[in-house]
Amino acid sequence: MPIREDVLVVGGGMAGATAALSAARTGASVRLVSYRKPTFRQASGLVDLLGYVPERTDGDTSGDVEGGTDGSGSDTGGRSSGPVANPYDALSVLPDDHPYSVVGDDAVREAFDLFDEVAGDLYVGSHTDANALLPTHGGTVKPTARYPVSAAAGVASDDRSMLLVGFEGLTDFDAPLAAQHLRAAGVPFDVEGVQVRFPIRFRADAKVTRYARALDRDEEAARRRLVSRLEDHVESSGAERVGFPALLGDEQPATVREDLADRLGVDVFEVPMGPPSLPGMRLEDRLYAALDEAGVRMTTGNPVVDYEGEETDEDAGSVRINAVLVDHKNNRVPYHAEQFVLATGGLVGKGITSSRERVMEPVFDCYVPHSEDRYDWSRADAFGDHPFARFGVVPDGELRPTTADGEAQFENLRAAGGVLGGADFAAEKSGSGVSLATGHVAGRTAGESV
Amino acid sequence: MSDAHDPASTSTPADDEFEPVDVFGEAEEMDLRPGADNCYKCTSCDTSCPVAEVDDDFPGPKFQGPEQWRLKRKEDEGVDDSIMSCSNCMRCDNACPSSVPLSQMHNTARGEYVDEQMDKLSREYIRNRILSNYGLLARLGSKVPRLTNFAMSLGVTKKFNEKVLGITSEREFPAFAEQTFRSWWDERGGAKVESEEKRVAYFHGDYSNFNTPEVAKAMVRVFESFGYEIIVPEQRCSGTPMFANGMLDDARRAAKFNVRTFSDLVDDGYDIICTCTSCSMALRQEYPELFDFEGTAEVAASTYEAVEYLRIYEDLQGAVAESDVEYPDLAYHAPCHARNQGLDRQAVELFRDLDGVEVEDVGESCSGISGTYGWKEEKYDTSMKIGEEMFEHMEHASGSDGMTECPTCAMQMEHGTGYEIHHPMQLLEKALV
Repeated sequence: MPIREDVLVVGGGMAGATAALSAARTGASVRLVSYRKPTFRQASGLVDLLGYVPERTDGDTSGDVEGGTDGSGSDTGGRSSGPVANPYDALSVLPDDHPYSVVGDDAVREAFDLFDEVAGDLYVGSHTDANALLPTHGGTVKPTARYPVSAAAGVASDDRSMLLVGFEGLTDFDAPLAAQHLRAAGVPFDVEGVQVRFPIRFRADAKVTRYARALDRDEEAARRRLVSRLEDHVESSGAERVGFPALLGDEQPATVREDLADRLGVDVFEVPMGPPSLPGMRLEDRLYAALDEAGVRMTTGNPVVDYEGEETDEDAGSVRINAVLVDHKNNRVPYHAEQFVLATGGLVGKGITSSRERVMEPVFDCYVPHSEDRYDWSRADAFGDHPFARFGVVPDGELRPTTADGEAQFENLRAAGGVLGGADFAAEKSGSGVSLATGHVAGRTAGESV
Repeated sequence: MSDAHDPASTSTPADDEFEPVDVFGEAEEMDLRPGADNCYKCTSCDTSCPVAEVDDDFPGPKFQGPEQWRLKRKEDEGVDDSIMSCSNCMRCDNACPSSVPLSQMHNTARGEYVDEQMDKLSREYIRNRILSNYGLLARLGSKVPRLTNFAMSLGVTKKFNEKVLGITSEREFPAFAEQTFRSWWDERGGAKVESEEKRVAYFHGDYSNFNTPEVAKAMVRVFESFGYEIIVPEQRCSGTPMFANGMLDDARRAAKFNVRTFSDLVDDGYDIICTCTSCSMALRQEYPELFDFEGTAEVAASTYEAVEYLRIYEDLQGAVAESDVEYPDLAYHAPCHARNQGLDRQAVELFRDLDGVEVEDVGESCSGISGTYGWKEEKYDTSMKIGEEMFEHMEHASGSDGMTECPTCAMQMEHGTGYEIHHPMQLLEKALV
């Protein structure tokens, strides 16, 4: 049984990486097994804790937040209520089955401390418990707990006037439209948008990394020429800060940003974008460097498909996992460990899957509560309170997935991140925070249990 | 694994009420539709494509795969000729969050393009045919290795190759060994270890037979030191250069021969070992994706890369940790084809515990040669541009020599830095035997 570690983490996203890091810090030997490239590049790079407390329509409605939201008093439980001002205050009103409630406030703080330590100068937001409000590429305003330093000058609570710049041919960001949306959202500053031609001609559907590389290397004096195209716009709009789609450099983002800011004479920031997201990739690089430094072993490219376990106490029905089986291109190789962490993601990450009959967790077949009638899995209203959004495994107090009877299904398996049920990450804007908090707790307790 | 293996699996009727509708009429030989539908255009594949990174005109894997597949649903739409600029590094497979079988789509599109659209009398076709059938030439050349090596190194030969065939004169042809691995094996009298339980069949491929028999010999000595009985059956090229050049008929013949030989051995209890990660990739992934000879699945499921195999079945980490070695420090490059098998970090992980040598990973970048790709006169510059990052990282690494599992990556590493390049099996041999 040569492939053996103390702790084995399945899944390489935010939850898996955090779990591996926290487990390694207990002194345990750790291996992280992931199938594909991690999903950071699919996400904006904003690290949310809790942006909204949506009302639940299943009778388990959350209560009010005492003065917790953005000046709107007690009217906070409803889906239409405003963003949460202080996410830590709002944690107490979450239902008991919410992952934050399971791990507790202190664990959330510890996890964000860990994140701040690893992210270092790449991120800001740790100076306050309050949420920051960041403009998105669609022109909405998003409450978030930590944001890339490259986005910092764009915060919506700042009243300096703003110019957004889009590039012709880069369809993911329409600057005039985003500016219009921000104005409609009632931001406390003047905002205009302008589309310009990028100084270098790329083919019609060039990728964001192509733009980023041209700015990194200042190909054909791209930075100077870009600035000269913008000077008139900045002057006529009177903007005190200028926002670009998040493609200001791949390897040298700080240099690119500072150079543009110097030349324009105003602050420059990035507006987080959809996939592939450069802020997400920068975060991935930072986290994986930390994992490497912590001595975490990593295997990427093969999926975990099954496990080998044994019954340890027949009466109690408890089962211990000895190994997970990793599909090395059609042969199943056992990876042994003492403790396991499941961090395979939710429905989007395929940590939870469904057929026409049922919803399941495919690796360990953990129990995932759901209605037998699949027409109850969703609501007709696109933005409604969809049950599927909260599908996932049900953790006990130690984050061990439980059976339908509420007993831990395995002695030595913990779950973290999107695979956990009970949170509607998209509506709450809580995905990163839940991954950090549960990843931290699952990894640390797994490491301590060795 | 991908939906494309078995289109039926995604449309199995779950209850009586549901009847799947066949949107496109009669089923085709290779239906990639389920894979194409999985694409949600996140362009992660495009941003991980090393060719698109340096060539602004290359439309990237998303176009070559799902988009081209859709375009081709229209009549009179051929395969776009940019498919020939794909280097078949297969990185897009690993980047896709949605399990779109990108490299499989590229391989089939390339095969179709070469079959139906390429002029069989063109210089490009003839050159590609020659390059992808390197093993046949090597068989002849290696009979008189010294003469061949001399002739291939002549300026006039290089000029002829470039001007007439379109094979770049920038590269030195890899020298043929004075004795092939197979001839050494026969002379040695075959296996020195017999075992009923521990048996491996060695797929050496052409390169370690004709050019780097020292890698193959190292594999033999290391495996025998762990008590394995080795068999070295007759074999042909794995097909990797043929897939990459769209020569699917050639690839099919080679694969058929290999599958027949090796599936018989699998039945007799042998596992299949490769020392080249592109060979293991071909047997494990491309064969079952592209062919369905009897035994293909069994061969795929019994094939391993050599270090991977020992890590699974022996306490290799323990054995390495207990030894020490005198060896130059090494700048290690993980081949693209190792990545998709989950093997990109194993060498660094393993040798971290070995005293006497530092092995440093030079990062994620592609070497750029991709087998025959970097040998083409018109692709040479692209190949070197892709390799630039690796060359730089190698020079920054503390090692004065290099290491990789892939023979053509090794060529490129040597070509770009002048370093001598080793194979993990050679380091293992030095440490353990």
